[in-house]
Amino acid sequence: MSETYTLYNSTVMEHFMNPRNMGDLKDADGVGEVGAAACGDIMKISLKIKDGRIEDARFKTFGCGSAIASSSMATELIKGRTIDEAMAFSNQEVVDALGGLPPVKIHCSVLAEEALKAALEDYVKRHPAAAAPSPVGSPIAG
Amino acid sequence: MRHVFLDHQSATPVLPEVFDAMRPYFTEYFGNASSLHQHGLRVRDALKRARQQMAALIGADSDEEIFFTSDGTESANLAIKGAAYANERKGKHLVISATEHPSVMNSVEFLEKQGWTCTRVGVDPQGRLRLDELEAAITPQTVLVSVHHVNHDIGTIQPMREVGRICAARNVPLYVDCEASAGWLPIDVKEWGAAMVSFSPHRFYGPKGVGVLYRNRKARIVSVIHGGVQEGGRRAGTENIPAIVGGGLAAEIARERLSGRIAHVAPLQKRLWEGLRAAVPYIQLNGPEPGPDRIATNLNLSTEFIEGEGQLLLCDMNGIAVASGSSCVSKSLKISHVLGAIGLDHALAQGNIIMTLGEGNTEADVDYVVETFAKIVARLRGMSPMWDEFERGVIDSVIAPTGRGKSFSQHAADVSGKPVH
Repeated sequence: MSETYTLYNSTVMEHFMNPRNMGDLKDADGVGEVGAAACGDIMKISLKIKDGRIEDARFKTFGCGSAIASSSMATELIKGRTIDEAMAFSNQEVVDALGGLPPVKIHCSVLAEEALKAALEDYVKRHPAAAAPSPVGSPIAG
Repeated sequence: MRHVFLDHQSATPVLPEVFDAMRPYFTEYFGNASSLHQHGLRVRDALKRARQQMAALIGADSDEEIFFTSDGTESANLAIKGAAYANERKGKHLVISATEHPSVMNSVEFLEKQGWTCTRVGVDPQGRLRLDELEAAITPQTVLVSVHHVNHDIGTIQPMREVGRICAARNVPLYVDCEASAGWLPIDVKEWGAAMVSFSPHRFYGPKGVGVLYRNRKARIVSVIHGGVQEGGRRAGTENIPAIVGGGLAAEIARERLSGRIAHVAPLQKRLWEGLRAAVPYIQLNGPEPGPDRIATNLNLSTEFIEGEGQLLLCDMNGIAVASGSSCVSKSLKISHVLGAIGLDHALAQGNIIMTLGEGNTEADVDYVVETFAKIVARLRGMSPMWDEFERGVIDSVIAPTGRGKSFSQHAADVSGKPVH
């Protein structure tokens, strides 16, 4: 076989084959683990937060190629964002950055958004003071 | 990179001699079998020969009992719907096994929407039909029993002689889907007393685009595709002559080489499973152990703490073609209904991979797959929160429980807020 055909586009495949930020964070400030009841996938995102900004992010995923690629891309995208910015994060950003996902796999990007928000909620729960100065109301609403 | 094709359940390469036999029927002998001139009569002859070859593969008496369709799915549709409609006045009840192929399951669902009822007979954890349940399921209104010879996912061989005996005693026609067994196991329609049997040559080195339906002369079916009077009026539409010619030759070769093919793949199956079991911790074989209850081509594996599609993709990137029954692979996001029917834990169904061997596979292929698959599993477990949580005692293994932690399913339900299906 001279050509290689892939199930997903080259960006998704690249993130699946070479995932960024895979692993756990020692002394994480917030950890979120969520599951998709629809398919059974599970995603975990750990955050290091300093001065209201996401300094570092890691993921671990039990799921298909697009779930692994979605979590890899999500952790790339949110690094450097403030908590408020991260709370406004949408799965569509992951889909766009990956150059699109098959319709049946969009829920993988939703899972990445949910894992991120669960990690942020965990951070806010652990650091109530950090959330207080926010001018945009309760960040938990996301 | 080594290329190992381990998905013979989906397709096989057409044998060169089969391809050679087909070629003139595209160009030189292009006639339509319905034509009354030389061009038509010539291919009609070829059709008859192919019917004889198909009949011989399954021990049928006459080529007149062989109908050609477009593939196994169409054959199953014709068998189920054709028999249901033909016997409507006798009754509107069907009996099928719970692990039939979707072409059977969905044909039955279609009929159920039109007033038929169906009893789905359960299987044991190895996928073997519960014969007592089959016996209890048949009523005076039952017009057809449908049981596949071999399961397409887990390779279980059904006790067809017993199934045939039960159907004969109750005088109910039996349809046997032999899609996963034809060319790889001996088939004898008379021994089973089967009213109908279907199979496709593309599973045994013939071309795609042709399916076979054997119908015993005493069994009644009506056509579900309407048009001309091809195939004795049972299936309208121009016959796919090149594929039928190729399929017929493939059937003849399959009959000749049957024992040789089994003798080739059976040791490879054993080597592959034993190799994987030794190299990969927390892996399980679904369906019967290699031996008399399992077709020699199939291995259905569940590897714990990782998901099947990721395994499939990494196998593919390493030159190994496999299939999976994981929900992530299916377009409906549901695990294979076969894995559900044998009561497989959801965690194990998610990590499902199906490997099917063929005559082109070698011992060196198998050793490469074992070595590569072990690496793939280690890599995906390194990415999996479940593996980490297992190692920390948060969740337990289904395959080899340690007694520590909660079940994977409980954990999945906890983090997703509702139970996974």
